[in-house]
Amino acid sequence: MSRTILDCRRLLCPMPVIRVQDRIAELQAGDELQAICTDPGVMQDIPAWCRINGHEILEQRLEDDEYILLIRVQDTEG
Amino acid sequence: MQRKAVALISGGLDSLLAVRVMQEQGIYVEGINFFTGFCVEGHTHAIRKKDQKKPKRNNALWCAEQLGIKLHIIDIVEEYKDVVFNPRYGYGANLNPCLDCKIFMVKKAREWMEAHDFDFIITGEVVGQRPKSQRKDTMPVVQKDSGIEDRLLRPLCARNLPPTLPEREGWVDRDKLYDFSGRSRKPQMALAKAFGFADYAQPAGGCCFLTDEQYSIKLQDLWQARGNKQYEMDDIMLLKVGRHIRPEPGYKLIISREEGEGKFLQGYRKQYPSLKTTSHAGPLCLIDGDFAEEQIEQAARIVARYSQGKNAPEVELEFRDTEGNTRLLTVPPLPPHELKKEWVV
Repeated sequence: MSRTILDCRRLLCPMPVIRVQDRIAELQAGDELQAICTDPGVMQDIPAWCRINGHEILEQRLEDDEYILLIRVQDTEG
Repeated sequence: MQRKAVALISGGLDSLLAVRVMQEQGIYVEGINFFTGFCVEGHTHAIRKKDQKKPKRNNALWCAEQLGIKLHIIDIVEEYKDVVFNPRYGYGANLNPCLDCKIFMVKKAREWMEAHDFDFIITGEVVGQRPKSQRKDTMPVVQKDSGIEDRLLRPLCARNLPPTLPEREGWVDRDKLYDFSGRSRKPQMALAKAFGFADYAQPAGGCCFLTDEQYSIKLQDLWQARGNKQYEMDDIMLLKVGRHIRPEPGYKLIISREEGEGKFLQGYRKQYPSLKTTSHAGPLCLIDGDFAEEQIEQAARIVARYSQGKNAPEVELEFRDTEGNTRLLTVPPLPPHELKKEWVV
């Protein structure tokens, strides 16, 4: 299991989702991805993307004007 | 054998319905949403303070969740440039290359379909709904030029069109498809109601900034100033933000209109020289292009005009270059009658 940090600061919808989606495609089930964003829309969009693609949101919080989401990658094959 | 379709999901009502019609027939569907850089999705809501109360959801994701399907959002910003620069079938009323855009997206979806072993593509298109890309005579052009031929099914208007492969092969029942046509949205709204969709993105307004007259004027101005049709992602994002004022052909000012935009523009201060009022509350301004020393003062006077010191004899501003070096300027704000109409892009 690994934890990757993904810098999505200054990116606007839907780029943070695209970055998360593309990075998760490279990770293994059980890995964690922490996305750091500045677009408030990510608080809706990244969890929605995770729900429809079967990944788990472990944490989402606002810290110093940055939106931080922690995702656990799930095995979605089959 | 369950057949698999890939759906082009815009986030609007039509694609939502098209997918549900297919699901009703037992087809497995996954969605694709292409990001061109010009999509009217969330961006300005996330920037402007006045828009903070608007829902910040991405409608394509929201639709996918309502439908219970996977959604793949694909960045086509770079490849899409060629569609914007050289549309084979020309532009619409503004810089919208709608027919070429549709062909390009269907072609990309076809490549995805083939790579992922899906059977056909569906779209929410309706004959006669759009003046360029959704006419009875242009819809076959999309099929031919994209290479998808008869593996493209438009469930909402299929009965107005020749039967496609999925219909002929019996994967879907043509009798359970629809014959919508024209610009009225009433049939779609009735179908949405029948399916129990009470909440969906409002259909009016389009989903692409290139259909917007003001935005197209700004893009054309950018191309003219640079002497060629080019843009980077940051250029097209910045066209959505602030007042754009071009006092000289060589440079342009991007002046924030409110706090949210100012905050957004701050993120670009390493890429663009900037001006910010210090003696009075006021906007942040990025300077895009080549300018001479004396033009900094001209720019400062224009920015001061949009500050709370607009009626003061002098306003102090900080000029900052892309290296972070700063210096102070003291200028009289430009009187309103000296701000030429033709400067405002």
